[in-house]
Amino acid sequence: MNASHAVILVDSTSHALRIEKLFQASGLACKLIPVPRHLSSDCGVCVRCNSTDLPLIHQVLDDARAPYHSIEIL
Amino acid sequence: MMSGLPVPSSRTKDGAIYLDNAATSWPKPPGVAAAIVQFLEQSAANPGRSGHRMSVEAARMVYQAREEIASLFGAPDPLRVIFGQNITDAINLVLHGFLHPGDHVVTSSMEHNAVMRPLRVLESKGVSVTCVPCSPDGRLDPQQIEDAIQPKTRLIVLTHASNVCGTMLPIRLAGEIAHRHQIYLLVDAAQTAGVFPIHMEQDSIDFLAFTGHKSLYGPTGTGGLVLGTRVDHELLAPIRQGGTGSRSEHETQPGFLPDRYESGTPNSVGLAGLLAAIRWISSMGVEAIRSHEVNLCNRLLVGLAEIPGITIYGTQSASQQTATIGFNIRGVSPSTAALQLDEEFGILCRVGLHCAPAAHHTIGTFPEGCIRFGLGVFNTMDDIDQALFAIRQIAREVQ
Ligand SMILES: Cc1ncc(COP(=O)(O)O)c(C=O)c1O
Repeated sequence: MNASHAVILVDSTSHALRIEKLFQASGLACKLIPVPRHLSSDCGVCVRCNSTDLPLIHQVLDDARAPYHSIEIL
Repeated sequence: MMSGLPVPSSRTKDGAIYLDNAATSWPKPPGVAAAIVQFLEQSAANPGRSGHRMSVEAARMVYQAREEIASLFGAPDPLRVIFGQNITDAINLVLHGFLHPGDHVVTSSMEHNAVMRPLRVLESKGVSVTCVPCSPDGRLDPQQIEDAIQPKTRLIVLTHASNVCGTMLPIRLAGEIAHRHQIYLLVDAAQTAGVFPIHMEQDSIDFLAFTGHKSLYGPTGTGGLVLGTRVDHELLAPIRQGGTGSRSEHETQPGFLPDRYESGTPNSVGLAGLLAAIRWISSMGVEAIRSHEVNLCNRLLVGLAEIPGITIYGTQSASQQTATIGFNIRGVSPSTAALQLDEEFGILCRVGLHCAPAAHHTIGTFPEGCIRFGLGVFNTMDDIDQALFAIRQIAREVQ
């Protein structure tokens, strides 16, 4: 299976952890991973989800007004 | 109060009774030391700097501590919890980061030097300060706060309770006044966080400063600031810059929360302990902790009042103060009493000025200061009786 991933880039590890909490509460599977090198030169983490969950991802992030940088599809 | 749980003893290894909780609480609740050891042994990587699983685990623990702090203080957003070394750090951040030459600040005459010393420095740089006098028992009339407000006033700074005699200041009324005048309120909750319900929204607190090692029952080296929802953090300049693990490609300080104010590796080991301590507080309930402390305080106040030659400072009413009691014994200097209490009676307390010269001026004990018994949740009625016995003996010797 080769499902694509949605990667949420954030400014701060604290923001990634906030999103992780929100997603867990909404039953969204996610994992914090180091930011893929080609996406950013930064040293922190990002939140990886299944891209099929994108509608719910957007909804949860918007509802909580959680700060994030961008969402990339891998 | 804590039936069913292993209760840590307020007696030291050699049997002394610890009555210095207003300086630093001891002992710590069950689970605090274990949480520190567990974190150190299993997940003490650099939180949030690296992307590997151990670093993420460490950052997750720090984030949980943010959540617990936010929920304990009725703050909606954990990202607005900014950790630092202690409350002195947090107060300095607000005073130096928020005030500019020409601004005016209103404070009280019961403040700790954590507030007064930064304010005196700012005064020399063109900030003006009005110190509203409190009554000799430490009470503050909120009307006087309102009367002190000027067109240039930007901030009211108040301690929630005196660290010298336990008197509570009317912070909720001060918050209402601040908001009515569209200015801000900074509360120093060093003596009350964890023992008194604090709700930033309901109490109209814009900046809440806390320290981990006193009434939150965590380790030293932990503390911070919670920003209220009215505060635009653009208006609060960071007073330190450095690495945050975020935006590493830039040599300028990030502008987002909490990184803007959290340069340098945090005391994650301490925060692991603080997290366990706050969870313990939540499981016990702030009201239950307070009610035990009121009972202890009441017994001590009643007992002291019966001893000839004792002057008690503050409200002398357990329900109107924290469980910190300032008093003197006629004919005995506080330092002599301290030595005798420690060496002859095995009672550990703090005497002198308690880093709060203004408060001692207010209650009339400057420059000698007073004896302070800082009671804590692990003290027992027997501790109080032993302490009263000691004071009775010392007082009798000089009468
Ligand atoms: C009212 C008050 N404010 C500030 C402080 C300073 O606390 P810390 O030494 O943890 O910064 C203390 C305790 O020393 C205090 O009692």
